[in-house]
Parts: sequence; structure tokens; C-alpha cells
Amino acid sequence: MKDLLAISDLSREEITLILDTAEAMQEIGERPIKKVPTLRGKTVVNLFYEPSTRTRTSFEIAEKRLSADTLNIAVSTSSVLKGETLADTAMNIEAMAPDMIVLRHPSSGACHVLARLCRSRIINAGDGMHEHPTQALLDAFTIRERKGRIEGLKVTIVGDLLHSRVLRSNIELLTKLGADVCACGPRTLIPVGLARHGVTVSTSVDEAVAGADVIMMLRIQQERMQGAFLPSVREYFSTFGMTAARVARAKPDVIIMHPGPMNRGVEIASDVADGPYSVILEQVANGVAVRMAVLYLLAGGADASD
Amino acid sequence: MGRTLTRIAHEILERNRGVEELCLVGIRTRGVPIARRLARAIAEINKHEVPTGALDITLYRDDLMRHAVGPQPVVRSTEIPFSIDDKKILLVDDVLYTGRTIRAALDALIDFGRPKSIQLVVMVDRGHRELPIKADYVGKNLPTSLSQSVQVHLLEVDGRDEVEIQDA
Repeated sequence: MKDLLAISDLSREEITLILDTAEAMQEIGERPIKKVPTLRGKTVVNLFYEPSTRTRTSFEIAEKRLSADTLNIAVSTSSVLKGETLADTAMNIEAMAPDMIVLRHPSSGACHVLARLCRSRIINAGDGMHEHPTQALLDAFTIRERKGRIEGLKVTIVGDLLHSRVLRSNIELLTKLGADVCACGPRTLIPVGLARHGVTVSTSVDEAVAGADVIMMLRIQQERMQGAFLPSVREYFSTFGMTAARVARAKPDVIIMHPGPMNRGVEIASDVADGPYSVILEQVANGVAVRMAVLYLLAGGADASD
Repeated sequence: MGRTLTRIAHEILERNRGVEELCLVGIRTRGVPIARRLARAIAEINKHEVPTGALDITLYRDDLMRHAVGPQPVVRSTEIPFSIDDKKILLVDDVLYTGRTIRAALDALIDFGRPKSIQLVVMVDRGHRELPIKADYVGKNLPTSLSQSVQVHLLEVDGRDEVEIQDA
């Protein structure tokens, strides 16, 4: 495997290898010296065309713990503002011979374009409404750590199903590993043909969370809402917001997840976000180990097809 | 193998005069069960439990990024649930060959703290060192040729205790 572009490219075995490797990487974060020499002399460029705190910091910490040299390019301070295209920016970075590029871009498929143009390995850190593979991997890692398995669990995903790359990556991954996935959101935010991906689609959050092992909340992405998708934020909260009363309908040992950043009082109530079922901060902690695993596995040899 | 381990346990106790500061660290995979057995052998002699850990050296290998093709080696977990600061560490492995694994293990150990000393225990020393590394306790010296391969099989991992030399 040269690049990590989408969960849909990964086999069940490859996903399991990444999760197992992440388990070993976790221990490095508990050491007094949180660093191993594995990627010494490798250069990783973090190229972010969208604002991000969690994902960018998480990648950077993962890269540093593996001793890679890291370079951050935030578009707000780069030549992109002078009108340079993605391809030109990429070719210029490529000319300086980095080993890997971590790309976050508002257009779906941007990483695929880059992967074709560049010899460097490309890691997708979120492309438009398409995929966010490392988020789905860290979600799966968190579920596996808490529940011991993924197969056979009922995972309910609630929120903006239309604009969410986290949803698409998670559906791909969870169905591949045998979870029973239910996606729930307002009718205006359900993409056409979602049910074809092997998930149950629901518009009633009370029905969707009943008996769930895992509840995964998605952010209401106000920056992507150009149309009139929702009457109001308050109405959304009363119909779809995750409240303690709704959590009570799930299994007694349910876990509540959120990829962040949270809109408190929009998709999730504060007492649920900070409550005993919430594993939201564990997800963030696990993100570093999962990204270390991805960096390590991609840094080595590519397979024969490459 | 049992007799060899008992002999090494006696040698360790003799050379270190006491066990209070000793810790065993096995190198994955087969160094780990050997370290556990050594801990038991020491406990049988003087009723003292020596703390035992497991070290995975994959992330410290010097040949890691040199393969142009082929998947990365699998990383397994390192478990050293005690501080190694000011301890006498007994590093345990099955076969001592080029010395590169031990070099990686020394680097890895030093990331965990500053031990008082590190001593090396191996079941088999087959020669052909590529680095200036020497074992302090050796189960058996086995002169081999470079074309041969030496495998230590253990009950815990392979279902039998045996040292096997194969001609390529």
C-alpha cells in the first residue's frame, strides 16, 4: 500500500493490522521519553487547506514520537492565497523530496489527485465530503478497546449524514468488520442511496438509539450548510440532540463518541458530553497511536503492485 | 534446557551478590518465555521474585527503512511495568548472532531510564558478530556456518523445547 486515501481501499486484514499496531504504539505515549527512532530522517509535510486543531496536532505528535521531521503548511499563510493550484503546490513540495504528505482539503478526491502526481506517500486527513480514514480507524480502535470486539455490535450514528466524511469512512470500516450500523438524521440531511451501503437508515433518534452498544454523534457542519437544511438549531436539538433521556434507551454500557469539534446544545447535551458514558477524550488520545501506526506501516516498503 | 537455566540462575546470583536490584527483560518473541523461566529458576533458589518485562525492538531496528519492497514487520507491545532506573538489567534473548538485535534492545532500554548496568543472557551463541557485543551468560556456544540457521523452540511458543540447526 503506497497511500492511505480511503477506508474503502482497505481489506479487513489491513484494518486489523493497523489497529493491532496502534495497540503497540499506545505504550510509547506512556513512557518518560515518548519517542522512538523509527522514522528518523524521514520528512513529513502536513498540508492543511481547512482549519483543524485535533487532526493536525494529532498527526504532528504522532510524527514527532516516531522521530520524523515535520513541516506544517497552513494555507492561510501560504502561496495558495496568491492563487497557486493544489497541483502546483504539491509539485513544488514534491520537488523538496518529502517522504509523506498528510493532506486535508475541502474538495472530495483531492488526495487521489495528489497521490497520482506525487511519489511521496499521501495520507488523507479528510477530503471534502468523501472520507476521513484515520478518524474512522481511531473510532474503531476506541470501540475495540472498550468493547473487546466490533463484530456484532450495534453502532448508531446520529447527525448530519449528508456532509459527513467521518460517516462515510465509519460506515465502510464498521460494516467491513461486521458491526450492525444504523444511521439517523433529518430527512434533508440523508444522502440518496445510503441504505445501499449495508446500513439501516432512520429518521427517529429514539428508535435508532434503542439497544445501541455505541452512539456516535456527528457535528452539524454549519460551514457546509448553504441550503436550508434545518429550520433552526434549537429545533434540531429537540428532535435529534443527544440527551440523557435518549442515552437511557441504549444498552446500559453504551459508549458515546464524537469526532469533534462538538457543538454543545446542538447535537449533544453538555451533561452527555461530559458524562460517564462519554469516551470523547479517549478518542482524541487514541488518535495519536492510530496515526503512529499508519505512518509506520506506510513508511516502509510498498507492495509489489506499486 | 531446564538444567542450563538453573546453571545460569546460579551464575547470575553468584556474580551479582544478591537479587534486590535485578530485573529481567526478555526480547520478543522467544526471549520473553526464557526470561520468565529464569525468574522461576531464581525464585526456586532463593525465594525472591525478580520483576520481569518484555521488550519489542521492531521500532529500533537498523534495517527497518531499507527494504524497498515488502510489508513492515509487525510491531508488538513492550511491557516493562517497573522503573529500570538504577537497576541491574538482565537482557534475555534466545540466539545471539550478529548482535544487531542486542544493539537495538540497548537503545530501546535506555529510552526507559538509566539502569545501573545491563547484562546479556542468551540460550545459544552461534558466533558471526557484526558489532562489538558479548554475552555475559551463555546457555551453549554453537559454532555454525553463515549458511546455517539456528532456531530455539520453546514449549510456550512452539510446543516443544529444542534447539534446531538447519543447513540451507
